[in-house]
Amino acid sequence: MSNETIDLKTRLITDFYARESVMNGEASSAFHQKKRAALAEFDKLGFPTTRNEEWKYSNVKDLTSVLYNFNADSSITPADLEDLKIPSQEANILYFVNGHYKAELSVLVSSASQIIIDSLQEAYKKDPVLVNSYFNELMKDENDAFSALNTAFAHDGVFIHIPDNQTVEHPVILRFVSDARVQNVGSQPRNIIAVGRNAHVKVAEAYRTLGNERSFTNTVTEIFVSEDAGVEYYKVQNESENAYHIGTTKVKMLDRSQFYSGTVTLNGRFTRNNLNIILDGERCEAHMYGLYFPDGIQHVDNHTVADHRKPNSESNELYKGILRDRSKGVFNGKIFVRPDAQKTNAFQSCKNIVLSTEATMNTKPQLEIFADDVKCSHGTTTGQIDEEALFYMRSRGISRSEAMALLMFAFCADVISQIRIDSIREYLEGVIAEKLTSK
Amino acid sequence: MLSIKELRASIEGKEILKGINLEIKPGEVHAIMGPNGSGKSTLASVLAGREEYEVTSGTVVFDGKEILDMAPENRAAEGIFLAFQYPVEIPGVTTINFLKTAVNEIRKYRGESPLDAAQFLKMVREKAKLVSMNDSLLKRALNEGFSGGEKKRNEIFQMAVLEPKLAILDETDSGLDIDALRIVAEGVNSLRSPDRSAIVVTHYQRLLDYIVPDYVHVLYKGRIVKSGTKELAFELEEKGYDWIKAEVEAVG
Repeated sequence: MSNETIDLKTRLITDFYARESVMNGEASSAFHQKKRAALAEFDKLGFPTTRNEEWKYSNVKDLTSVLYNFNADSSITPADLEDLKIPSQEANILYFVNGHYKAELSVLVSSASQIIIDSLQEAYKKDPVLVNSYFNELMKDENDAFSALNTAFAHDGVFIHIPDNQTVEHPVILRFVSDARVQNVGSQPRNIIAVGRNAHVKVAEAYRTLGNERSFTNTVTEIFVSEDAGVEYYKVQNESENAYHIGTTKVKMLDRSQFYSGTVTLNGRFTRNNLNIILDGERCEAHMYGLYFPDGIQHVDNHTVADHRKPNSESNELYKGILRDRSKGVFNGKIFVRPDAQKTNAFQSCKNIVLSTEATMNTKPQLEIFADDVKCSHGTTTGQIDEEALFYMRSRGISRSEAMALLMFAFCADVISQIRIDSIREYLEGVIAEKLTSK
Repeated sequence: MLSIKELRASIEGKEILKGINLEIKPGEVHAIMGPNGSGKSTLASVLAGREEYEVTSGTVVFDGKEILDMAPENRAAEGIFLAFQYPVEIPGVTTINFLKTAVNEIRKYRGESPLDAAQFLKMVREKAKLVSMNDSLLKRALNEGFSGGEKKRNEIFQMAVLEPKLAILDETDSGLDIDALRIVAEGVNSLRSPDRSAIVVTHYQRLLDYIVPDYVHVLYKGRIVKSGTKELAFELEEKGYDWIKAEVEAVG
């Protein structure tokens, strides 16, 4: 069979069995059995089409029409990474290149008694029972081809475990770099963040690309937030014009825990972010902030879920987008309030500025409420820049382009200000200011 | 300084200004009065360059330059300032950052180097004092949640910072109590000089007790139908606009 006739799905399934055949005894482990089941699920589901309601506005045909090297070597050097650097800050910084952990590029500063940070492989070698107790526990019911695929191929990524009562002062910054300088590359990072009772941590995932060949990143992060714990979680995507990114973050929160997230998509050809939060405790607080900036023919899709399962919790969501040129944006925000989740407060808002007649934004709030004593609200707006504000600024001597940049920067400010890792926030402010004044 | 000749302007096909003629010399303050809907605010907007209005004929020469084809920001850089009747709230942009951008954009237009942060702050503090503007307002988002009086005061403060050659006050007195009115007027008066001029658009004579005009014009149905000195304003206050309307109809 020649390459041309092998499609991506077939290739991936063939790869899976080829890998399995050299696993010896490990193939019978509980860990591997989960992967096996996930592969079967992926095989059954196949890549979604736009007939699938969850993928109605996001067509992955372009993404799945070529092959990617999922085992690409990279000759990346620290010098190559210079351009990609987020301003330095004392932090635990882990590099993953084409999905593989690069110990030689990474720096850990927090003490091992406060936080366990390992690559997934390393963590599994050290304590397979611990890792397996978390692995795929949140994803198993997702019924989603991409996350099943990620599970089947889960090999590398990060495993973070914070013992009870630890407050980790230095953030953990995960830097995923696709080295697409010589070929189409694929990576499937799998991350597990398990936060103990009354423990606190800040984690950021930052995605970048080197080179102009295609990259396909299919990432999954599972986050376990125990009672009274606090997690801040940020995802920053500044990838290439040829980068395809599908990411799912699934979070489970227990009593009195807090979860803050910020998802910022600056660049990338095609981006789909799923953020799925289960509020499985009382008096939880989940905050979701998002910002996206597509231009050219970029496509950004954010699907979020706040699933209230217990009483007295709160979720609060604000996503904002600026769309230019022929770009497309999608927002789908689901709020579930289960019968037991009385006294839920759930708020959702999605605001967009569409700067071109050829850009489109599809927004769909979806509320399913099965309890009667709840406060829920949602709102979406899609509009143009406020002409009256523009004239006001111009009448003070500010040029049209500068006034636009100021207004758009202001539009982003209430999301950016929520990002509480200083180096990431400053980095974003810089990139956004540059992006806003470049046109 | 400003010479308006046969200015006609319309919006959505409806003609609002039907041939305005007005000459303003350096140092002069002209009041434009008139009943609601007479075109007062339209005139102010057209001079500042609001793009919804279509100028169909006429000329406006400011300091020797025809301005009708200039972008609003260039008119501002040339020295025209419009104090808005309804100042716009701009969330996320602080007053101070907004003004710094404005000052430096205007300086750039004039070929001057930008002010550094220290110079700018010093200047801004002085001007804030001039209009009794609280420093804390400067750090807040522009006009967001400001009271009516604070917004109008912010307009005059911006004017003080930008030091225009021609200030156009569009119903700056509307919605102000007497104390706020006095503060605003003092701010305007402190900027009066032999080389600065002002157009004060107002419905009521009240503001003119504080900002005493050199000339008063009555605008009605898109034309200046009567001009006089400040005494004309008193007459309008006393008798209303009906006698003017009657005069115009009689002639028309």
